[in-house]
Amino acid sequence: MAYISVEKTYDIMEICMLAGSIMLQNGAETYRVEDTMTRIAVAYGVIDSDCFVTPTGIILSLEGSEPTKTKLNRIIDRTTNLEKVVKVNDISRKICTGTVSMKEAYHLLKDIEDEPNTYNDWVQIIAAALASGCFLIMFNGIWNDFIPAVIAGGLGFLCSTYFHRVIQIKFFAEFSAAFVIGLAAFLFVLIGFGEEVDKIIIGSVMPLVPGLLITNAVRDLIAGHLVSCLSKGAEAFLTASAIGSGIAVAFFVF
Amino acid sequence: MNDFLAQALTSFVATLAFGIIFHIPRERLIQSGFVGLLGWMAYWIIVDYHMDAVLATMVGSFLVALISQLFARMYKTPVIIFSVAGIIPLVPGGLAYDAMRNFVENDYYQAVSLAAKAFLISGAIAMGLLFSEVINQLILKANTRKKTLSKG
Repeated sequence: MAYISVEKTYDIMEICMLAGSIMLQNGAETYRVEDTMTRIAVAYGVIDSDCFVTPTGIILSLEGSEPTKTKLNRIIDRTTNLEKVVKVNDISRKICTGTVSMKEAYHLLKDIEDEPNTYNDWVQIIAAALASGCFLIMFNGIWNDFIPAVIAGGLGFLCSTYFHRVIQIKFFAEFSAAFVIGLAAFLFVLIGFGEEVDKIIIGSVMPLVPGLLITNAVRDLIAGHLVSCLSKGAEAFLTASAIGSGIAVAFFVF
Repeated sequence: MNDFLAQALTSFVATLAFGIIFHIPRERLIQSGFVGLLGWMAYWIIVDYHMDAVLATMVGSFLVALISQLFARMYKTPVIIFSVAGIIPLVPGGLAYDAMRNFVENDYYQAVSLAAKAFLISGAIAMGLLFSEVINQLILKANTRKKTLSKG
């Protein structure tokens, strides 16, 4: 068997790790991260590779001419930016077909890592506000409540992004966002601007719902990644209870 | 009919907006909105015929996942781009909210039964995703078998 040299093993490792951590940080499923990393390693000629990915860290070991090398990468903050996942996926496809050299691939991945978000904060807040209004109608609300739900939903999403930036505790950001939504909805009904408190709150809370976590947890479970499924499920449950208790506190206030 | 149109329009816009929140690439936004529309309309029609919401959710999430896999193969992108936003409308947010509200108002019987229903519906979402994955793998297997047969 032709083993590859030591330096090359390290380079391959860097590329695999970079691709893996970008994907994991931006909301890809765990099994997809493992799959991509293994494919890249195989494409560059590694005979035996193994990786273990959990939502909070990646362990990768590659077999070269020297004893097996293993590297651990810790993933601390996770956001959702599916465009980066798509781009890394495209690069891994190119690597597999052999059209990109190792150096090129590394630079391309670095570019993706530093890339700014496609949609800025304001576009996202407007989107969240619009989604809130639409969800109100989908949950059998009346059109009179459309504008109150749009305002409450936008306000809630704004609070969640802002608090998350100021205080690095996700639970608190979601909790306070839900609280603000509850307050806004009650106030709107109090001054006669909105009619059904329940419907306004349900619609406005939807942008905070951990949809990505739920889908990924299920997809990881199907792929047999029980650890990731449980930890993502726990994160989703934590978010859900943060939203619930935020609204509950608003109830107590009124 | 008016209701139908309103539901179709709002589910499309809501899913598209969710696509923006999740940073889905611009050129795939319309498709992801379409996936959400299909899933929600399936759910809505079944519930409109007074059938169980759990069944409706399962059919909805099954459709979402199936169409997402189709699109994923068409555009050669990861499946989650399409399925993530489409699943959101089916999440039992309203039920979970009602359950929570009853907990706060100390009506635990009502709260627990609503929470159980919300739990069942989340299970139904998982089942729908799972069944579509089964179909996907069956198609993959059939395709590879056809290839090997034609070669041999």
